[in-house]
Amino acid sequence: MCLGIPGRIVTLDDAEPRSGTVDFDGLRRPVCLAYTPEAEVGDYVIVHVGFAITLVDEDEAARTLAVLRAMPDAIETELGA
Amino acid sequence: MKHLQEYRDPVLARRLLAELRATATTPWTIMEVCGGQTHTIVRQGIDELLPAGIRMIHGPGCPVCVTPLETIDRALAIAARPDVIFTSYGDMLRVPGTSDDLLALKARGADVRVVYTPLDAVRIARENPGREVVFLAVGFETTAPANAMAVLHAATTGVTNFSVLVSHVLVPPAITALMDDPDTQVQAFLAAGHVCAVMGWTEYEPIAEKYGVPVVVTGFEPLDLLEGILMAVRQLEQGRAEVENQYARAVRRSGNTAARDAMRRVFRVTDRTWRGIGPIKASGLELNPEFARHDAETRFAVGDLVTRESPDCIAGDILRGTRVPTDCAAYGRTCTPRTPLGAPMVSSEGTCAAFFNAGRTTEHR
Amino acid sequence: MTLSCPVPRVETERVLLGHGSGGQLMAELLAEVITPELGLTGPMEDAALIGLDQVFSTDSYVVTPRFFPGGDIGSLAVHGTVNDLAMRGARPIALSLAYIIEEGLPIAELRDITHSAAAAARAVGVPVVTGDTKVVGRGAADGIYLTTTGVGVRLRNAWPSAASAQPGDVVLVSGPIGRHGVAILSAREGLGFEADVSSDSRPLHELVAAMIAAGGADVHALRDPTRGGLAGSLNEIAAASRVCVEIVESAVPVPAPVAAACDLLGLDPWHVANEGCLVAFVAPASADAVLEAMRGLPEGAQAAVIGEVTHGVPGRVLAHTLVGSSRVVDVLVGEQLPRIC
Repeated sequence: MCLGIPGRIVTLDDAEPRSGTVDFDGLRRPVCLAYTPEAEVGDYVIVHVGFAITLVDEDEAARTLAVLRAMPDAIETELGA
Repeated sequence: MKHLQEYRDPVLARRLLAELRATATTPWTIMEVCGGQTHTIVRQGIDELLPAGIRMIHGPGCPVCVTPLETIDRALAIAARPDVIFTSYGDMLRVPGTSDDLLALKARGADVRVVYTPLDAVRIARENPGREVVFLAVGFETTAPANAMAVLHAATTGVTNFSVLVSHVLVPPAITALMDDPDTQVQAFLAAGHVCAVMGWTEYEPIAEKYGVPVVVTGFEPLDLLEGILMAVRQLEQGRAEVENQYARAVRRSGNTAARDAMRRVFRVTDRTWRGIGPIKASGLELNPEFARHDAETRFAVGDLVTRESPDCIAGDILRGTRVPTDCAAYGRTCTPRTPLGAPMVSSEGTCAAFFNAGRTTEHR
Repeated sequence: MTLSCPVPRVETERVLLGHGSGGQLMAELLAEVITPELGLTGPMEDAALIGLDQVFSTDSYVVTPRFFPGGDIGSLAVHGTVNDLAMRGARPIALSLAYIIEEGLPIAELRDITHSAAAAARAVGVPVVTGDTKVVGRGAADGIYLTTTGVGVRLRNAWPSAASAQPGDVVLVSGPIGRHGVAILSAREGLGFEADVSSDSRPLHELVAAMIAAGGADVHALRDPTRGGLAGSLNEIAAASRVCVEIVESAVPVPAPVAAACDLLGLDPWHVANEGCLVAFVAPASADAVLEAMRGLPEGAQAAVIGEVTHGVPGRVLAHTLVGSSRVVDVLVGEQLPRIC
C-alpha cells in the first residue's frame, strides 16, 4: 500500500488547490501540494497518487544515512542452509 | 533518485543483515503491516536472508485485498450502467466480485477507466457533463486525503456529476483486532510509513503499551525494511515495547495536519468489514452527510446484492498471519494470479501474489 | 473472525485487453485457441525459418498515441518487422505494408505516417513492395492499424533460435530497457507525466549482423523484448530451451526516468515494452567478441552482460537481487496496471 516516491518540486502553479510540477529523476508530473503548504521550489516531497503527503526532512535523511554508513563492515559469514 | 537510491545500497544491506545476526539471540515473529513493505521484502528476498528464527508475517496492509465483496459487487453494478464512467485505481480492476470483475466488464463494453490520481476522475466528470462519473475511493489513511480533496474540489467547483464509492480502511483498529485474537503469533510490528506520514504515530502508543509489542514506523526501501526489522529486534531483545520511527525523513509524530483536516472534513469513522477477516468496529471511513450528494452508494440504487463467497481459500488465516500461502491447498494450483480465488492473490501486494510472483512454492524452498 | 473467499472467476468467453499484452494470458490464448487450430508446433519464435535460408515474419501495429517521443506507428511498423527477421539472423529483403484505416482519419496524418514508414524503410535499405489499404466505418477501428510482413535471408553462420540456449551461455542485453513503454505512457493523457524518455524504436539488423560476424553459430538465441518486456523474453527462451536463466538485477541497465516512472506507477521495468534493444544468449567462447562487436555500434553502445544460463530448474528465470537474495522472475499476467498499493 502507499506507493509514494520522493521527487523535487521544480515549479509552483497559481492554481487552487495549491499545486506544482515535481521532477522524479527526469520524469515530471503535476502534483497537488495542498497538504505540504510549507514546501517550496527545490524541496523534496513524497508523492502518492498525485499528492505530496509529506516534505522530506533533509536533516533526518542525512542522519539516517550516516547511521547506516557507520555500521561496521560485515565479516562475510557463510550464507546458506 | 535522491532519497530513494541510497536506500537500495547492497553493501549497507549486508551490514544491516550482519548486525541483525549479531543482535538476535532468540526467535522473534514480526509483522509488516503494509503491502508495499511486503512487496519489497518478497521481491528482494529479504525474508530469506534474515537470521534463522526471525520470521516475517505479512499483515493485512493491502486495501485492495480487504475491500469487502459487497463493495466490489456494488462497484460492478454501477459500472455496468450505460450512463456511468467508472474510474478507479489500477489495482482494483482485477479483484473478483461474486461473478465478475471490472476488467471483464470493460471487455463487455462498460466505460471503466484507470486513473493515477483522483483529481483526474473529477476532471473527467467536468469534461463529460452528460455522464455520471463514479470514483472507487479505496485505500488506507495514506490515500484518504487525496480522495478527500477530490470530493472537496468537486463540491466547491460545482462538479455535480461526480460521486465516490467509499471503502476506506484504518490501520490501528485492524492491528488491535489482530492482537485481540488469542492465536496471534505477532510480537512486533513494522507500521506503514506512509500511513504514519499522514496520521503520525500517536495512535500506536496505546497499542504498544496495551499489548507489549514494539512498533517501528518503517519505510519501503530495502535498507528501510532491514533497519526497521533491526530496531524491532533490538526492542524485543531488550524487553522494550515502544513506538520508534525508522522513517524519520518522512514521518513526524504529529503527522500531516493539513491532510488530516481534509480527511475529517470529508469523512467520518464507521464500522467496516474486511474481506477475509470480518467486521471490525470503527475501522473504516464513510462520507460525511454534508457531502451526501457525492455519495455513489446513495446516488445509485443498486438493489439487493446477492454476494456469495465459498470457504475455499484461507485468506483469513493469511491476513491474521497464522498461516502462509504455501499452507493453502489451492495456492499455485487452482489459485494463481491468473485465476485468483481470493483478494490476496489478485493484488501484487497481496501476500499470496507476492509469494507466487517471487516463485515461492514448496519446491523452490 | 471469519474465513471467506470469492468464487473463482476465469474469463473464458471473451477476449480481454490483457490477452494482447505479451504475458501469460496471451500465451494461453495462443496455446488454447490459435496454435491448435493452425496445427502449429515447435517453439514460438520471432520469425519463421522456411527451408534453410528464408525467414518470414508478420506483425500488426495498433499503438496509441500514434505519434510519441522517439517515433510513430509508421516507423515502428518497419522497425518491428525488420527486428523480428533479425532475431532469426536474417537480413531483410522486402516488406509489405497493409493499412486498416478508420473513416475520418485526417489524410494529412495518413501521409505523415506513410512518410515515416517510407523513411524508415529507406534507412534500413529494405523496399516496401506490396501492401493493402482498407477503410472501415467510424468507430470500427482506433484511427489506423498497420500490418507489416517481412521476408529475409538468413546470414551465413546465423542459427539463432529460442530453443537453442544452453547451460553456460552468457546473457547479454544491447542497451537500456523500458524506454518505449514509458515513452508511450508519458504520451498518454491519462497518466499525465512528461519524461526525458523517448522510445528506443530502431532497426537492429546491423547490430545482429555484427554479432553474427563476431560469433557465428555461437549466438544461440536472440529476442527483442517487445510486449511483455525483458522478463517475457527471458521466460520464453528459458521455456523453449528448457534451461535455467540467472540474471543479476543490478547489471540490467534501466535509465533513471524509466525507473522513476515505474516507481511512481508501481510497474516493473522488466515488464515494460522495448522496441530497439535485444537480449542475446551467446556461448561463452564468443561472448567477449560479440559484446565488443555490439559496443562498436551506436545501437549497442551500452551493451552489457546481465547473466548466464545455469544447470538450475529448467524453464525458470531467477534474479539475483540487490541485497544478495534471489527470486523467480515472473511473466506478466495481463495488462500492466498502475497501482497505488
